[in-house]
Amino acid sequence: MRVVVDLSRCQGYAQCAFLAPDTFRMHGEEALMYNPNPDDGQREQVLRAAAACPLQAILVEQLEGRDAPVGTSQS
Amino acid sequence: MTSADTLKGFKRDGRVVIVGASLAGLRAAEALRDEGFTGSLTMIGDELGEPYDRPPLSKQVLTGWVPAGGTTLPRRRDINAEWLLGVPADGLDLATNHVHLADGREVPFDRVLISTGVRARPWFVETEAALDGVFVVRTREHADGLQRALASGPSRVLVIGAGFTGSEIASICRERDIPVTVAELAPAPLVGALGAVIGDVAADMQRAHGVDLRCGVKVTQLEGDAQGRFHRAHFDDGSTIDADVAVVALGGIRNTEWLRDSGLAAGPWGIACDTGCRALDLNGLITDDIFVAGDVARCPNPIYEYRLISLEHWVNAVEQAQVAAHNMVSAQADRWPHLSIPTFWSIQFGVNIKSVGVPTFADEVVVTQGSVPDRRFVAAYGYQGRVTAAVSFNNAKWLDHYRQLIETAAPFPPPCPTPDEPVDAKPVPVDFPGPRLLAQGATVVVTGHDPGERRVTAAWQHR
Ligand SMILES: Cc1cc2nc3c(=O)[nH]c(=O)nc-3n(C[C@H](O)[C@H](O)[C@H](O)COP(=O)(O)OP(=O)(O)OC[C@H]3O[C@@H](n4cnc5c(N)ncnc54)[C@H](O)[C@@H]3O)c2cc1C
Ligand code: SF4
Repeated sequence: MRVVVDLSRCQGYAQCAFLAPDTFRMHGEEALMYNPNPDDGQREQVLRAAAACPLQAILVEQLEGRDAPVGTSQS
Repeated sequence: MTSADTLKGFKRDGRVVIVGASLAGLRAAEALRDEGFTGSLTMIGDELGEPYDRPPLSKQVLTGWVPAGGTTLPRRRDINAEWLLGVPADGLDLATNHVHLADGREVPFDRVLISTGVRARPWFVETEAALDGVFVVRTREHADGLQRALASGPSRVLVIGAGFTGSEIASICRERDIPVTVAELAPAPLVGALGAVIGDVAADMQRAHGVDLRCGVKVTQLEGDAQGRFHRAHFDDGSTIDADVAVVALGGIRNTEWLRDSGLAAGPWGIACDTGCRALDLNGLITDDIFVAGDVARCPNPIYEYRLISLEHWVNAVEQAQVAAHNMVSAQADRWPHLSIPTFWSIQFGVNIKSVGVPTFADEVVVTQGSVPDRRFVAAYGYQGRVTAAVSFNNAKWLDHYRQLIETAAPFPPPCPTPDEPVDAKPVPVDFPGPRLLAQGATVVVTGHDPGERRVTAAWQHR
């Protein structure tokens, strides 16, 4: 599944890292690192993290795979 | 037909072509559909595969956490587009409204969005750039190659250029316990973007993490062995360094060559547009149907004296895409100006570096909050007595406050909003490297005498 975080909005509150620690991690005191392509098995956790982010900085793919350029999908 | 009818017809079955299928292009396509555009939408891109995100390339991907193919951008919605990928556009004909593709195809449009971004500036000697072990980092393929090289345990990595990308790569080398030398022409890292005061902080940070940082030096030659593998670099002071990997991180070149004969105000500095993302033609006139967004755009910013500013910032690409898409399907009176204050982030050596505003638009800088030795502080930038930018090291939650100061033209130096004002909070000259960049690249020549016939033609220079 695909994820992107708008790090200009993110203020490092770490809610996401608490709720989905395999996908979101703090790096140092306040920088967020995330996996933009976590396993589908983490979908629930990731959606919960996205909903909990106070800055609404996390965007999760809405329509997995649809309208992709034919034969060139990368994930 | 009224212009309202024309617009309605265009929204229903007009033809929009987006050239450059990356962050700005994808976000614009989504916004066009959000705005109710139901006509045909064509995405042209010279890279294969779906649009992907670049910032993780020099962070998550190079640490080995995420494979390079795993940064495909999530979709906000279905865009129902025709995708023409793996082929560059090589011309734009404004007389007949066609995009030419390098394979000979012609794509007609009613409105076009140009979001062709920048590419990595390659090492200046082609044979040396082609050596095994010499990398740039702009695309997924680049990041993949460099990740593999880092994983194979090089004896040393040489990073050429200590801007944001070069510094992030140096940081990752240290995280992976790989010896790294950074060579930078300026007196310190990040100086071109943030000035000498922050540059000194960045230099201390690199050295504290074991980076062999060499400033004020120029790499003159990359030397290969008999197998064509990079193994040594020569500096202009006569010294050399042995390494297995060289990363050329010398910034980007704007992808505008394909617009050479288009009559647009495009060149090495980007494509000039208004705050509504409508392109200017060579004469400085606004075009009606040509829009630009992202790294390739050069927009006036009223807060910065309406100067034309190009930014290689993620949020800027997203926001301009939104504005351009809205304006493509709106009547003149409903158009939006893009007026947001630029923001940028970088992660290096475990520190979250963020900025608001345009730090290069400044004559003074002062540390207003926190502690430089602890690498937790905010520095404010001022120009002729008003606040124009701020940079935070591990103190990002304050940047909204500084954004408001910039928006309201607050006096500089600003008062410290918290009790953690450093004792020696005195503004000092910001000290950027000279204006050598301003002199680069193509200019134009003006011909004709009467107002009705005076025109500009481009004088392209190559560098
Ligand atoms: C390694 C790296 C790290 C970064 N880190 C950060 C960061 O931490 N924070 C931040 O704010 N920003 C960062 N950025 C910058 C950010 O990624 C860019 O601002 C953003 O990608 C700009 O998007 P864009 O769509 O305008 O351009 P691009 O992403 O450059 O996309 C342009 C697309 O157009 C294609 N193209 C070019 N010419 C043609 C042609 N003639 N025909 C067809 N297609 C063409 C290109 O191949 C490319 O796919 C980073 C960039 C890189 C490379
Ligand atoms: S919850 Fe939101 S603000 Fe907090 S660290 Fe995660 S992305 Fe950033």
